Amino acid sequence: MLAMRVIPCLDVRDGRIVKGVRFQGLRDAGDPAERALAYELQGADELVMLDVSATPEGRGNALETVRKVRRVLSIPLTVGGGIKTILDAQRLLEAGADKVSVNTAAVVDPSILDALATEFGSQCTVLAIDAAADGDSWEVVIRSGKERTGIDAIAWAKAAVARGVGEILLTSWDRDGTRSGYDTALLSAISAAVSVPVIASGGAAHPEHLVDALGAGASAVLAASIFHDGDFTVGDVKRVLASHGYEVRQ
Amino acid sequence: MSARTEFPNSQAKPLRVGIREVEVVIVRTGVANMASVVAAFERLGARTVITSDAALVARASHVMLPGVGAFGAGMAALNVAGLGEALVGRIRDDKPTIAICLGLQLLCESSEETAGVKGLGVLPVQVTRFASALENAAQLKVPQLGWNRVEAPEGARFLKSGHAYFANSFRISQARAEEARPLQRDQLNVWQSAWHIATANYGGNFVAALERGNILACQFHPELSGPWGQQLLQRWLATNDTNEVT
Repeated sequence: MLAMRVIPCLDVRDGRIVKGVRFQGLRDAGDPAERALAYELQGADELVMLDVSATPEGRGNALETVRKVRRVLSIPLTVGGGIKTILDAQRLLEAGADKVSVNTAAVVDPSILDALATEFGSQCTVLAIDAAADGDSWEVVIRSGKERTGIDAIAWAKAAVARGVGEILLTSWDRDGTRSGYDTALLSAISAAVSVPVIASGGAAHPEHLVDALGAGASAVLAASIFHDGDFTVGDVKRVLASHGYEVRQ
Repeated sequence: MSARTEFPNSQAKPLRVGIREVEVVIVRTGVANMASVVAAFERLGARTVITSDAALVARASHVMLPGVGAFGAGMAALNVAGLGEALVGRIRDDKPTIAICLGLQLLCESSEETAGVKGLGVLPVQVTRFASALENAAQLKVPQLGWNRVEAPEGARFLKSGHAYFANSFRISQARAEEARPLQRDQLNVWQSAWHIATANYGGNFVAALERGNILACQFHPELSGPWGQQLLQRWLATNDTNEVT
């Protein structure tokens, strides 16, 4: 049986971490490599780094950031943000990413998913879905939530897996940043619909929220501010998960 | 001595094994992302070279066969310029060699992933996909992505029990390994002792790793398996072709 994965997320712009003000024990809480290593030492199972740079210069910095993180990190690293082509993905992989995550580009042209899975393998190809509730269903939103697509999130997840996606990073657009817990109905619906692992994202503020996400069928839980703010360490969260009977890597 | 410039060596202090510095020659298998492997060895103080030069692979002290990607593409990379023969020769001669993920699968006879392509044939077994109809009763997510518990066998020099990071859709099922028993009946026919086999469970037991003498093959990614994986790589790096871990 696989252990349940706990995945801190780093939002990086121009080589610096964007979120987080109260992280303990670091000389420079904004340095991605230092923060990444600190999370590994806390027991993180994996890291996700999202490049939120808006400029080509920022994207160039992201490659250098990936190199610096890779040098110190001995757990898997997924990198997303702004990947539009196979070449974008290849550059990130050569810099040290183990998986790449695509979002808007895949909605615009889904064939990038087939191409990534063929070129680098399904285990390397992550689809990020941002989903917003729409009555009884969920709609895919893109361009950082600025654009609704009218695409049903469940249908999109299934189609993407058929194209070779090996993992889905599922963010509830309604819950992200609200600290009110994951959208467990969304997680249940997508997890039941696809054969690949689903990572829960958006809304975590307390270890119990992560427990709820696993109960809803997620294979992994991603969180940012819960760890960045120093409220809980990865170890704290894992102890809570273990107390609920989930297997975790100690 | 190709490709020395592609991944500049770190300034890390070289690991000392006796009086030697360890240089790990990494076999180029196409599109495999090797940055994580290179970083892991450099953190341990080893130097790395990436090559598709069969002569270098044959004479190097330590060789790694990495693998991310499909079985057919991996074999295509090894079927040029005598690379496959160089690797099989190293294993026959018990020269320190490590195979990771697809690298382990390439040692087998064949794989369901790419029908009709022959593997290196060191291990007389076929690689099969997770989640046959029977196994899927457990709602198995495929690929297997994450940390699974590895149970190490008695008497292993390198392998210890612990959690390792896996990213694979294909594997050697324990049932297949049993059918191929004894795995010491390998195609090379030059070694008397058996492989030590570590297992893990994902909808049934499968081969997580094998070791024999100076040869180590891992279905998981030691370079992504935290301190546990780093220590495993370090034990393998510290071996030499006289069968001693120094």
